[in-house]
Amino acid sequence: MSGTIAARPQAQAARRLDAVTTGFDRHSGAAFILPAVLVILAFSIFPLLASLYLSLVRIQFLEGGVDFTFVGLNNYAKLLVGIDHEHFLGVFADPSPLTVFIEIVLAVILGLRLRDYLRGRPSVAGAVGRSIVSIALLLAFWLVVETLAPGGRPGTLVVTLVYVFVGVALQYLLGLTLAILAVQQLPGRRFFRVVFLLPMMITPVGVAYLFRMLTDTTKGPLYPIWSAVGLADTSWVTNPWGARIAVMIGDLWQWTPFLFIVLLAALESQPIEPIEAAVVDGASRWQIFRQITFPALLPVTTTIVLIRMIEAFKIVDLPNILTNGGPGTATESLTLHAYTIWRALDFGGSAAVAYLLLFVVTFVGVSYVNLVRNRVAAAA
Amino acid sequence: MATLGFRRRRARTIFTPSPLGMVVSYVVLGAWALAILFPLYWLAITSLKLPIDVNTGPYYVPNLDFKPTLENWRYIFVDLQSDTFRPYLNTVVVATTSTVLALLIGSMAAYGLARLQYQPRVGAIGTFIGCLAFAILAVVLGAPWPVAVVAAVAAFVLLLQTIGRRFRRALGNNDIAFWMISQRMLPPITVVIPIYIVFQQLGLLDTWAALIITYVAANLPIVVWLMRDYFQSVPLELEENAAIDGASRYRIFRSVVLPLSTPGLVATFLFVLVFAWNEYLFALFLTTAKAQTLPLTVAAQNATRGPQWWYMSVLILIMIVPVIAMAIALERYIARGLLVGAVKG
Repeated sequence: MSGTIAARPQAQAARRLDAVTTGFDRHSGAAFILPAVLVILAFSIFPLLASLYLSLVRIQFLEGGVDFTFVGLNNYAKLLVGIDHEHFLGVFADPSPLTVFIEIVLAVILGLRLRDYLRGRPSVAGAVGRSIVSIALLLAFWLVVETLAPGGRPGTLVVTLVYVFVGVALQYLLGLTLAILAVQQLPGRRFFRVVFLLPMMITPVGVAYLFRMLTDTTKGPLYPIWSAVGLADTSWVTNPWGARIAVMIGDLWQWTPFLFIVLLAALESQPIEPIEAAVVDGASRWQIFRQITFPALLPVTTTIVLIRMIEAFKIVDLPNILTNGGPGTATESLTLHAYTIWRALDFGGSAAVAYLLLFVVTFVGVSYVNLVRNRVAAAA
Repeated sequence: MATLGFRRRRARTIFTPSPLGMVVSYVVLGAWALAILFPLYWLAITSLKLPIDVNTGPYYVPNLDFKPTLENWRYIFVDLQSDTFRPYLNTVVVATTSTVLALLIGSMAAYGLARLQYQPRVGAIGTFIGCLAFAILAVVLGAPWPVAVVAAVAAFVLLLQTIGRRFRRALGNNDIAFWMISQRMLPPITVVIPIYIVFQQLGLLDTWAALIITYVAANLPIVVWLMRDYFQSVPLELEENAAIDGASRYRIFRSVVLPLSTPGLVATFLFVLVFAWNEYLFALFLTTAKAQTLPLTVAAQNATRGPQWWYMSVLILIMIVPVIAMAIALERYIARGLLVGAVKG
C-alpha cells in the first residue's frame, strides 16, 4: 500500500515531464542537431571566412591602430611565385636526364590511367574530377621530384607531404605487423596491448622534448651507439634528412599505437570460419593473410589511414620543438611555416599559408574518399 | 557465453603460433615494447637527476652510476607550487569540461543524424554564408560589431523568406554528417587568428571559457563521427518499443540509446579527453598566464639557458600519469569503440 502511494508522485512527475517533452517533440529534430551546428558555424565557418579575408590583406601596425590594406591575391602570389616561393615550394634542381625521365614516366602512367577511365564513359562530374586529380597529382609529383633531386631543396609544402605520406605509410606497416603478431595466442599479450597504447596518451610537446633528449648524441642514452659508429658529438640538426627522420620517428612512436589498436580490434573481430576452411585446404599463412585477412581489413584500413593523414597534415609541435624547423627550414611543416610568419606579425601571409594548407588537405581528403574509400566500400 | 567460449577455443587452435613463430613474435613485440618503455624510463630517471648528472653524459641506473635525488620534484611541487598547480587545475577543468560538453552536444547531433531526417535547403545555407561574409566585411570596414551582427541577422531573415525559398534543392543527413566531419580537416592554424580576435573582443582571452568553447568546437567532429556509427548499431526495435510505450524522443535517447552505447561513449570520451588534455596550439594563442595549460608549462621549461630537462621530466610525468591510468583502465573500451566508427565511417 505504502509503495503505491510513494510511487504516485514520481509517476505523475514522469508523466508531466513526458508531456513537456512531447510538446518539444515536434521540434526535437532541430533541437538535437542545432547546438552542434551553431557551435561549428560560430567557431569553424566564421573564422574560416574571416581568415579568407585576412589572407587577402596586408596588415600594418601603426601608432594607435591597425591598418588593413586590400592586396588581392598578393599574399598567395608571394608564396607561389614571389619572394617566399623558395620557403614554400622549395628550390628546384637543375633539370637532369634522370629527373626528366622520372617525370615523363609518371606523366605517361597518369595519362594512360586517365585515358582508360575516360573510355569507360564516366559521368561529366566524374570525368572533370578525375582530370583535375590527375593534373594535381602530376604537378605534385613534378614538385616532389624537382625539389628532392640533388641540387634542389624541398619547401615546407613538400616536407609536409613527406611527413604525411611516408610517415603514415610507415606507421601503418608497423601497426599492422604488430597487430598481426599481437593477435596470436601468446602468453602475456595483454601486457603488450596496454604498453603499445601508451605513447598516444602523451602530449606531443612532451614527445618532442623526450625525443630531443633521446637523440642528443653526446648526453643522450644512445651515446655508446653513436660513438661506436663515429657519429658522437654530431647533431641531427645539422643534416636535413637526419632532422626530418628524427621528426618522423617521433611521429611514428606516438601514432603507430592508434593504427595498432584499431587494426588489432579488427583482426580479433574477423570471422574464423574462412580461416579454418583455408587451413583445412592447406593454405599457407601468407596465402591466408593475402587472400582472407587483408581484404577483410581494407575498409578499416582506408578509414584509419584517412584519419591519420588528416591529423598528420597538422603536424607542428614535433618539428617546432625537436628541431625548431631547422636546419634552415628543412623540417618546417606548413603549420609551423604559418606560425613563424605569424610571429613575424605578417598575419596576411600567415593566413595565406594556412589557407593553402586547408586547400591541400581538403583536396587530398576528398580525392582519397572518392577514389579509394568509395571503391573499397563498393567492393566490400 | 557458451558460444563465446567455443569461439575462443577455436581461435586458440588457429592463432597459436609455431615455436619458431613464437620466438620471432616475442622478439618483435618485445623490441617495440622496449622502444616504448625505454623513453618513459629515461623520463623517469631524468626527473631524479641533478643538472650535473644530465650534463656530464648518459647515466642509466640510479644508485649505480648516479645518485638519485628528489630535488626536482621538490622544486616543482614546493618552490613553484602555484605555478605548477594552477596550470594543472586549468588543464583538468578545461579538458574535462570541454570533453563532457563535446560529448553531450556531439552525441545529440550524432543521434539526430543517425535516426531523424534533415533537409536543409541549399538556398538557406547560401544566404547564411553570404550574410556572415557581409557582417565580417562590415566589421573590418569599421562598423561596430553589435551593429553588424544585428544587421546581418535581419538581412538573413529577410533574404531567407525571399531568395532562400527559390532554391528547392535540399541536402540530406549524409551531407550534414560529411560537413561536420570535414571540419576535422581544418588545420587549427587556419582559424586560430580570427578566434583570437573574437575572444579579445569579448574580453575572454586567457580564461577557461575561451579554451573550453574552442576545444568543444574542435572536437565535435570526432564525437559526431564515432557516435553516429555507434548509434546506428543500436537495434531499432528497442527504440520502437519505447516509442510505443509513449516515450518521447528525449526519453528514448536518454534512457534507451545512451545506456546501450556506453562502450562507444567511453572510447570517445577518452579519445577526446586526450586531445583536449594535450592540445598546444590553441592554448598557445589564447592564454598568457592565468588560464595556461600544462603543455605550455612544459614548453616553458625551455629557458634561455637551454631546456631544463630535469624539471621538464617531472612535469611531463605528472601530466601523463592521469591519462595513462585512464587508458590502462579503459583499454578494452577504446578498441571496441573506435572500431565501430572506423568500420562504418
